[in-house]
Parts: sequence; C-alpha cells; structure tokens
Amino acid sequence: MIKIKGLTKKYGSFYALHGLDLTIKEGIVFGFVGANGAGKSTTFSILSTLLQPTDGEAYINGISVTQNPEEVRKLIGYMPDFFGVYDQLKAEEYLDFFGSSYGIPAEQREKLIPQLLELVNLSHKRYEYVDVLSRGMKQRLCLARTLIHDPKVLILDEPASGLDPRARVEMRDILKQLKEMGKTILISSHILPELAEMCDEIGVIDSGKLIAHGSVAEIQAQIMGEKFISVKYQAGYDMNLAKQFFEENPFVSSIEVIDQKIKFRFNGSDEEQMKLLRKMVEMDLPILSFAEDEKDLEDVFMAITEEVEKI
Amino acid sequence: MKSTFKNPVLIKELKLRFRSFKSFAGILFYLLVLSVFVFGFIFISTNFTGNGFINPEQSVLLFGMLTYVQLALILFITPGLTAGAISTEREKQTLNILLTSSQSSFQIIFGKMSSSIIFLLLLLIAGLPLYSLVFLFGGISPGQLLIIFAFLIVTMLAIASIGVMFSTLIRKTILSMISTYGAMLFLTGITAFFFVIGISTMGNSSLPNHDPAPFSHFWAMINPIALMLTLITPEMSDSLFEITKIHFPVWAGYLIFYMAITIICLLISVKKLRVNMRKKK
Repeated sequence: MIKIKGLTKKYGSFYALHGLDLTIKEGIVFGFVGANGAGKSTTFSILSTLLQPTDGEAYINGISVTQNPEEVRKLIGYMPDFFGVYDQLKAEEYLDFFGSSYGIPAEQREKLIPQLLELVNLSHKRYEYVDVLSRGMKQRLCLARTLIHDPKVLILDEPASGLDPRARVEMRDILKQLKEMGKTILISSHILPELAEMCDEIGVIDSGKLIAHGSVAEIQAQIMGEKFISVKYQAGYDMNLAKQFFEENPFVSSIEVIDQKIKFRFNGSDEEQMKLLRKMVEMDLPILSFAEDEKDLEDVFMAITEEVEKI
Repeated sequence: MKSTFKNPVLIKELKLRFRSFKSFAGILFYLLVLSVFVFGFIFISTNFTGNGFINPEQSVLLFGMLTYVQLALILFITPGLTAGAISTEREKQTLNILLTSSQSSFQIIFGKMSSSIIFLLLLLIAGLPLYSLVFLFGGISPGQLLIIFAFLIVTMLAIASIGVMFSTLIRKTILSMISTYGAMLFLTGITAFFFVIGISTMGNSSLPNHDPAPFSHFWAMINPIALMLTLITPEMSDSLFEITKIHFPVWAGYLIFYMAITIICLLISVKKLRVNMRKKK
C-alpha cells in the first residue's frame, strides 16, 4: 500500500530524513516511533504532499507522491500534529466544509456527517461551535474530518498528544474501530508503549533513518542479547563503590543509581553473568537482590536509539 | 458561475465573515465616514441654514469628493481584508489540512479572494444611497457614476490580488499586511512623486514642441488618484496630453496595468500556495 524508497529531506547540511526505505502493507496499523525531531513529521508531510523530498520517492497505492500529488490526496486522510479549527463554524459545518472540499455531493454529506460524528462520539456536539469543544473533542472531530472522503490511508501525526488519559483511551478505541474497517493507518508517537497496543508493525526512526522495523515482538527480539539487571544493596552501603565495581566490568553499560538500587545493561553471555554474580558473592557485598528486569518498550526504544548513537 | 458559488472556501469564508461582529462594525464605520463627508458638504454649502441650494458645479465637487473618499476607503480596507487571507490560515494551523484536501490551489485562492471582494462590493453597494444624493442636485450622469464604480472595482481587484499574493508568499500576516500597504502606497504616492519628478526634469513643458515624456505619462496612468481626476473632470486628460505629449488614454493604460497586476498576482499565488512536489529531473 505504501512504499518509500530512499526518501531524503535535507535542509542545508542537515538531514531531516536520510535515505528512508519502508514498505507498509495494506490494512495494517503502522506505528512510527522516534524522539522529537527524528523525522516522523517530515515523512508524514511528504506522504501528505505538503513537502517536497530532496531525493527518493514514495508511493501510495502505487501512485507517486511527487509525480501525482492530486491523486494521492484523494487516497489519504491527514491529521497533523498541530492543527487549528475554524472556531466560528459548528461541528457539522466543519465536516460539511471538508466534505464539499472533497467534492462529496450535498445529499451524501447530509447522511455521512451524522455517521462520522457518531463514530467519534460527537453526535451530541453536532450543532455546537467548534471553539467550545475540548481538546480531545477537537482531535476526534479532526479525525472524523480525515474520514469524510473514505480514504484508504490515514496519516495521523501524534493524534494522542496533549490529551488526558481518558481522551487517549477514547482515541485508541476509535483507532481500533478504524482498523477493523480495513483502513491502512500510519500513526506516529514519541511514546512507544502508546503505539504497541494497537499497532501491527512498528518502525523506529532516529536522526532521519529507520533503525528498526517489524512487529513489537520482533523488535524486542532484535535486542534480546542484552539484559537489564537490577541489584539492590543494604541501606548504608556506599553506592559509589557499587557503581565503581560495575564500571570495571566490560559487559556492563548504562549504569543508573536509584537510592540503594543500581540498574545496568548487561550484554555478556549467561556464563559472564554467573561470573559477575559469583564475584559479588565472594566479595561479600551487602546485596539484598540481584534480578533481571523485564524489558519494557521504553527500554527497547532506548536501547535501539542508543546503539545508533554509538555508531 | 454556478460552480463559483459552490466553491467551498468561498462559502466557508462568507459564513465566517458574516458571523463576525467586525464585519458589521466595518460597514457601519464605512457608512459613517461617507455620511460625515456628504452631510458635512451639504451643510457647509447651504451655510447650515437648510434653506440654501447646491448648484450643479457644487454637485460635481461633491461627486469628486465622494469618489476620493470611496477610493481612499477601498485603498485602506482592501489590504486589511486580503493580506491575511492565506497567512492567517497558516498561523491558525488550518492551512495544511486545507492543502491536503482535493481542492485545487486556484479554488482556494479564488475562494479566499472572492469572499473579500464580495464584502468590499457590499460596502460599495451600501454606500450607493449616499452616493446617489449627487443626482438630486444634477451635473452628474449615471454613466459617469457607473464608470467610476467600474474603476473602483478594478482597483479593488488589483489591491486584493496583491494582498492575497503577499499573504501566500509571506508567512506572517503582519509582514504581509505591511507589504500590501507598501504596494498600495507605491501605486498612489510614489507614482505621483515620480510623475512630478519626471515633469520637473523635462524643462519647460509649456513650450509647444517639447519632447514627449512617456515615463511621466506612465506614472500618471497607473496612479488611481490621477485616473479618478481624469474621469471626474475629462479636461484633465487633455492637460496631461499637453504636458507629456503621449496620446494614450489614462483609463486604458490604467485598465491594462491593473488587470495585468491582478492576473500576475493571482497566478503567483496559485503557483506558490502548494509546494511543487515534482522534482527537477
């Protein structure tokens, strides 16, 4: 459905995107994750025909974004990370305006608008002015707007940013419904766990390059060779000494001291791990616990991006 | 024509404009200014007695004064209405959404500009009853009034298209507005200044066989104040021909120049509204 080949966007000597290659299958929810400024919005802007790439090409449903932007616009529904609404229009009029912008006949719009408002749980706000809606409601209205012409692809740039937990859950539920409707959804966030639940595939982008791509499980597997270990010391023990001990070990990195607990990344084998534990016991250190941490998605993201930074 | 009134941007803009109190305040202000001049003139002419009369010569003077007041109002209001057409959408972060819709760049620009023009036309029409007072006193033909109105609309279109163009090219509304007022100032003030300089460097223009002054004629031709002067008092055209020795009607030059400005500015706006996605091979 979406094919990106060597997509590059350069501002002077700075690469916002650097040879991005990516293929996204039809009907899946693809999560684009990366820190602020990693290149997510740039990619989305190019796919939405708002930004010309310096090099490379992107295709949506086989149509070139650069050669045939008019046709691409009919296929996509784009929701930017920051957007405004026309405050002096009512929710219904807002959708009607965009419906007519896509050339949908008035009779069809009349039927479509209540359905869309119902989908995003805004039926009760149909005749309200947009400026009285909460941020979450405005986000949902904007989402309804992206659906007005029944696009095959939805490009949603951080749709949950700035929303309270309840509004986030509501947004997630709507996206699940859209997934069931068979839409191909591209969604970006800088918070990986936010995406993991609803995405079939995830792409991690950093400094304009795609550094990992696959299902959440696949990405986790990519860094399975590494472990996060936490060691808890008895109260009163000098944590500087503890830190020094681990710094001397070549397999230990990313040491973090939290009160009497020390957390680090260990990339040695099981034998090396046993050796480390044995040494600590032989030194009779006042240890209360030594345990491997369950890797959460934040750790996965941090681990991947850290690796890239080293390169 | 039918599709013009189906332009989604135009319909949306009209809705937004007429839901705003500012629009009605604008019409009120416009009519108040015109009224002050019309009734002020009538009272002065009749020595505040209510028993005096206005002769046809004075009626022409009133007509001239009203035309210049109308022109001044158009020159000042049009940039304010159009110089934020696109940049305001950009500042309110609604432009990107609009640009990813199926509307063509022309539709968007046309919708934006025509909504401003419709509002300005409403101002002109709202002022017509006051303007028509001149017919009470004679000395002015309806044809003359129509010609003046036609040229006011030509001027309005050109200034509006300049405003929309700057609004498309410049990201910030305030800068776009300054640029549009700058262009308006150039057309009204700087051209007059260039004309005066041109005339004064010609030497003695009262001599019957002096050289033609095409540049001076050009500056006079594109100046709205000079145009209105020649339309209200046609003898002024003859005087200008005598000075510049160029026998090209001012109204024709004005029409060509301002229509060209309108078309060029609109073309630039349409071209620059969206990024050119097609890469150079």
